Amino acid sequence: MLQSVAHVILAGLSTGMFIWLVASGLTLIFGVLGVLNFAHGSFYMLGAYFCFTVLKYLGANFWLGLLLGPICVCIIGFLVERFFLRYVYHLALPYQLLLTFAFVLIFDNLVKMVWGAGSLTPPDLRSLSGSLEIIGRKFPIYNLFIIGVGPLVALGLWLMIEKSWWGRIIRAASSDREMAAAIGVPVPALFTSVFLFGTWLGAIGGGLAVPYVGLLTSGMGETIIIEAFIVAVIGGLGSLKGAFVGALIIGILTAFGTRFFPAFDMFLTFILMAIVLLWKPQGLFGGTK
Amino acid sequence: MKKTWPTLFILLIIAVLIGIGLFSGRFMIYLTIRVMLLGIFALGYNLLLGRTGLLSFGHGAFYAAGAYGLGFFSLHLSSHPLLGIVTGIAAAALLALIIGFFCVRHTEIYFAMLTLAFGMMVFSLIWNLRDFTGGDDGLVGIMREAVSFFGLIKIPIKTDKQFYFLILIFFLLSAWVVHRLQNSPFGLALAGIRENSNRSEFAGVSVKNYRLAVFVISGAFAGLAGALETLLESNARPFMAHWSHSAEPILVSLLGGLLSFTGPLVGSVFFIAMREIIQRFTENWMLWFGVVLLIVIMGFRGGVVGVLEGLLGRSRKELKE
Repeated sequence: MLQSVAHVILAGLSTGMFIWLVASGLTLIFGVLGVLNFAHGSFYMLGAYFCFTVLKYLGANFWLGLLLGPICVCIIGFLVERFFLRYVYHLALPYQLLLTFAFVLIFDNLVKMVWGAGSLTPPDLRSLSGSLEIIGRKFPIYNLFIIGVGPLVALGLWLMIEKSWWGRIIRAASSDREMAAAIGVPVPALFTSVFLFGTWLGAIGGGLAVPYVGLLTSGMGETIIIEAFIVAVIGGLGSLKGAFVGALIIGILTAFGTRFFPAFDMFLTFILMAIVLLWKPQGLFGGTK
Repeated sequence: MKKTWPTLFILLIIAVLIGIGLFSGRFMIYLTIRVMLLGIFALGYNLLLGRTGLLSFGHGAFYAAGAYGLGFFSLHLSSHPLLGIVTGIAAAALLALIIGFFCVRHTEIYFAMLTLAFGMMVFSLIWNLRDFTGGDDGLVGIMREAVSFFGLIKIPIKTDKQFYFLILIFFLLSAWVVHRLQNSPFGLALAGIRENSNRSEFAGVSVKNYRLAVFVISGAFAGLAGALETLLESNARPFMAHWSHSAEPILVSLLGGLLSFTGPLVGSVFFIAMREIIQRFTENWMLWFGVVLLIVIMGFRGGVVGVLEGLLGRSRKELKE
């Protein structure tokens, strides 16, 4: 019993970390730009597909794929922000959501056109496929690595937002756009940079998912974006700390759900989201804004 | 004089719809049925989005409630279509009342996320309760029996042509009811809530109750559309409750124009026609639909109706000068 609980928690942590990688970019973009980006899941998907392509055609170095793939996605992200998203910041919520939804449709379809409609199996990554014995059962080392990456990203983000010069400007611009512009902050360029950074985080999540999920499909972005929405909402929209805690909660809850109540794993996450929203609409860590 | 033109226009449209039912081929009839179903769904939905300013991502759940309500009723109790439809609407309205009770205290993004959560809860229940709902197979084998009135008169709706006229009646009724609602004091109060909910509250409008009422009404229309689609396709599917289906009336309303009564109707025609046309030429219908959506949001936020009104308005102004 204890053994299986420990393993369910480990599995939950690694799932949670993927959701966190996607939710962190989503939250950052929402917190600063005020846009809830449906297409963020598409960036995750594109990250995975580009990483896969680099793996396949430039030799099987996973780390090279993880470096180059997200950069390609960032170029796409730049085009999206610069030529489209920028013009809807001032509009009502439905327009923003639908604009990003349009990109979901476009990217899903483009992926099907470029990489084919079926699912892709990534090449065997020998160097990453070892496993380690923990409390009497084998656990993949790669999953442990992911569990380590999550907190590192969180720490990096915290340092950047709270301690760096760029972070200070971001905080200023997100609390008062006009004032920041008045004292000389180039707000549009700053927003573009934040969007690119968030996109990069999502794409990294997708790249890291390549050895983990074992199967790439053109619907993988839509599944994770809904999970990331739930996490962002539970934690408090715009709060990175909330997104991190929310991702852990959802990851572990999903793992317990699939292990012990397989018929209701999806139901559990949505009911948790509804309860949190009804009890604290600003989310667990939101509310200052 | 001012009132005769719209009346003539409406009569013309009804005549065209009857004409399609009488004289056109199977395919055209099927497409028009699809347009009317989507139209009922979107018309009801736009009372919530366009009129009251609330963005729901959970109306697929009510659509499914209508579909499964009719499905269960017709499989287990009676296959009378009208009673089944009434059951479907009642199931949808009841579900909307329960979900709405929790959701209407919030607005904006929180309302959208809450409705998304509840809608997906319904989806996951339908998906997972296999023994009861048939899981991913859905409910199948729902018959289209004749509409009988106390055993005296029996009107068959077996063929698509016969069924078309039943849908047409429900479509016209829905359009009439939504139009009446929009122009009633109730509808004006809703617009007031959209523009400024605080001021409406001060003016004595119970904002929460109005929101709940319109939520239930729009849910009931979704249920009607769901029940009718179940009769058309003779099955109910879990994906009716999925959030991507909930997004459909939003897209349609936006395409046609959010702020007008005719917007969702024009949008439905546009949506179905565009899908057919694009699918003729290419498999990549989602790509091109996404592009059209981008163009509408970037340049024509009033939708098709907005563009037409703009053109007409300009010509009217020119006439005045």
